[in-house]
Amino acid sequence: MTPAIQIEQLRKSFGTVTALDGLDLTVQTGEVHGLLGPNGAGKSTTIRVLLGLLRADAGRAVVLGGDPWDDAVDLHHRLAYVPGDVELWPNLTGGEAIDLMARLRGGLDPGRRRNLVERFDLDPSKKARTYSKGNRQKVAIIAALASDVELLILDEPTAGLDPLMETVFQQFIAEAKTDGRTVLLSSHILAQVEKLCDTISIIRRGEVVQTGTLAQMRHLTRTTIEADTLRPAGTLAESAGVHNFHDENGRARFDVDSEHLDAVIRRLGELGVRSITSHPPTLEELMLRHYGDELAGAGARGAR
Amino acid sequence: MSAATTLPTHARSSSRSRSALAGTGAMTRFMLRRDRVRLPVWIAGLTLFGVGTVGSFEQTYPTAADRATAADLSSLPAVTAMVGRIYSRDDYTYGVMTGHQMYVFMALLLGLMSILAFVRHTRAEEETGRAELLRSSVLGRHAQLTAAFIVVGGANAVTGLLIAAGLSGSGADGVTGEGSLLFAAGLVAAGLVFTAVAAVTSQITEYARGASGMALAVLGVTYAVRAVGDVAESGLSWVSPLFWGQVTRSFAADQRWWPLLLLVALAALLAAVAYALRVRRDVGAGLRPARLGSATASPALSSPLGLAFRLQRATLIAWSVGLLVLAVTYGSLVDSIQDMFDQISSLDDLIRDIAGATLIESWLVTVLSLTGMIASIQAVLAVLRLRSEETAGRAEPILATAVSRHRWAASHLTMAFGGSAAVMILVGLGFGIATALATDDGGWLGDMLAAAFVQLPAIWVAAGFAMAVIGLAPRLSPLAWLVPAYAIAVVYMGQILRFPEWTRALSPFGHVPELPAGDFELVPVILLLAIAAALTWVGLAGLRRRDIPVG
Ligand SMILES: Nc1ncnc2c1ncn2[C@@H]1O[C@H](COP(=O)(O)OP(=O)(O)OP(=O)(O)O)[C@@H](O)[C@H]1O
Ligand SMILES: [Mg+2]
Repeated sequence: MTPAIQIEQLRKSFGTVTALDGLDLTVQTGEVHGLLGPNGAGKSTTIRVLLGLLRADAGRAVVLGGDPWDDAVDLHHRLAYVPGDVELWPNLTGGEAIDLMARLRGGLDPGRRRNLVERFDLDPSKKARTYSKGNRQKVAIIAALASDVELLILDEPTAGLDPLMETVFQQFIAEAKTDGRTVLLSSHILAQVEKLCDTISIIRRGEVVQTGTLAQMRHLTRTTIEADTLRPAGTLAESAGVHNFHDENGRARFDVDSEHLDAVIRRLGELGVRSITSHPPTLEELMLRHYGDELAGAGARGAR
Repeated sequence: MSAATTLPTHARSSSRSRSALAGTGAMTRFMLRRDRVRLPVWIAGLTLFGVGTVGSFEQTYPTAADRATAADLSSLPAVTAMVGRIYSRDDYTYGVMTGHQMYVFMALLLGLMSILAFVRHTRAEEETGRAELLRSSVLGRHAQLTAAFIVVGGANAVTGLLIAAGLSGSGADGVTGEGSLLFAAGLVAAGLVFTAVAAVTSQITEYARGASGMALAVLGVTYAVRAVGDVAESGLSWVSPLFWGQVTRSFAADQRWWPLLLLVALAALLAAVAYALRVRRDVGAGLRPARLGSATASPALSSPLGLAFRLQRATLIAWSVGLLVLAVTYGSLVDSIQDMFDQISSLDDLIRDIAGATLIESWLVTVLSLTGMIASIQAVLAVLRLRSEETAGRAEPILATAVSRHRWAASHLTMAFGGSAAVMILVGLGFGIATALATDDGGWLGDMLAAAFVQLPAIWVAAGFAMAVIGLAPRLSPLAWLVPAYAIAVVYMGQILRFPEWTRALSPFGHVPELPAGDFELVPVILLLAIAAALTWVGLAGLRRRDIPVG
């Protein structure tokens, strides 16, 4: 099956700012793909290129088999978009905005619209002027989910939603997936990405620095191990692949690179294990590894 | 004991009144910072314009005989409608000329500056939610309104002082120091009135666009009422504050200061109303509570054009009504102006001569041309809506649906081109019917319809130019105002200062066939249409190629 989205070596700069610096990304048809990255990494820029709103300086992008710039109108019949900052026409009601956007996309399913409005608990007869940020976001989500499209492109769609609505949103995305729709989801909510996404790409400074399933990513990184051993475990600190070794009253705590896990566990066994716990890195830890030097950089700047 | 209990109460009440204004100073500095380029440009422009015109008067009318001619010219109804009634006609010095011909126009410009600046600092801030952020810190309830009054009032005062100083230093015949001060004070007072008008309209509606629109409508109405009252020489003029400033007769022998009191009193009254209204509403809200609307969209709202119509409906109706009223009023004046011309047949050779035309026909050409220029403001506004939708982030969701950029642009262009056509048809009908009734001659209807309609190609050039700017240089979109601003300036200043003919040729309105005085000419009309089409096409091509949004 051809991928729903394929991007190769995409570049885009705004004046002197380089927003995308040779970005590669593949989203398979039918998967939910998470786009993670710090502020200003280039997530929204990538999405705007995919929507034909921005023109890339170099590189190739293919969406649903078409060119996002030249075939925009045809493609937009088959996809729906939820922006991160939803701006609505102040004197149109939420219901009118939903209908308008869905009609411009090529129609909506009235039954599904009713269901969505009910489940998201939106009052569609209020003027958009009076909506809170979360309610504006709901309008865009409902308009996108109510149309019958193959691809959903969502840029931080739930930034303003409360936890209850977040759950409702996750149910609808799961439903969309069972219906065979493809979803590209940019998000800062790790729990959301962990729960919904089949595949994740981490973007930094306009490049994808890592991509794969969560399991694959975990495999590529370190596992944290805590163990109580009969004999002192201090010798382990020098073993290949062991990091951050601490010995707290005979209880050893360290991180191991995945490829050395097997060897380290063997050596640990030789020391006589009384108890052991291990946990795979959380997505948060994965992210911190990629944002880490940025955080350190920010800290250093702050200290100066 | 009693002293101990009264003291805190006292302290509390005084701290409360202080806290309503808390942060006014900081707010004022913040506004000045935001306007550190814009306001100085306005002030410098207004001062140069006001002071520079006196010099041009000296060059244009060097001798006493020339000044007498200027006085005769400016008593023509077309000029009276534009600048106001003539006074001190026997002693038409450069001072009197300045007071008579420049006051209304300069007061309009100060009003424009005041309205735009005031709404930008108050309602527009609230609309974006920034005001809420600021008010949640240490700002008192009245701080923002007060700071806006200080900043905008201050801008008016500085402009006034500079103009007074510049005029009295010019040394032109009849431009006295006291007269300069009175002239400038009259301008500042008018500026304050429109500042206060904007303060009131900013409380009434929750949309910045609505607030400035309403205030500008008030400005337009005061101008139109004065024009009609002045042409008809009736007491109607007294309804307009612009007339109050005019009757100070700043540089005449019989100058008077008391009309300034009227202006200041009106400004104070309106400001008090604004403060009273401000207390009664919440931040971000209007006076009327928001009503519920329809939960589903009507079939009309199924296309970009449906949306554009919905967004621009109110503005278009307002412009149509305004220009229709203007047309009907002028139309009904035709008969009395005809009488006036009959009495002063000596003026025949003074009016810009259009071969074989009667004076009344030439007057109608000027009035219709001006109406066309005002209608072109609506057309440019309609096109600029594309850019404001884009910067507000509301173009993106539309363009992410199956709507091409051209179709999106075409929706607002339709409102510009079609809207101005509708407005000009109404103007032609209103003018024609009113004239026909006033003169008992049904033939006017067809003539006036044609004369109104023939303005359209020039209006469309203005709209096309706006589209070209938005497509090619979106960040420079205010340049779109060049065409209407230049056209109006040439008519106004050109008439007063006798600009050379080529200045008219640079404006599209300079090429409109002069109906009903002259003959219809096909070539210039086709050329204007071709230019309008080419500009629009260039703009659309640019829009197709560029990024959206351009920050
Ligand atoms: N129109 C623009 N003009 C200039 N610079 C821009 C523009 N749009 C984006 N940028 C810059 O491009 C870079 C990438 O921005 P982008 O919006 O894609 O980041 P993002 O990953 O979506 O961030 P966030 O998580 O904050 O939404 C940033 O440095 C941003 O400042
Ligand atoms: Mg973003």
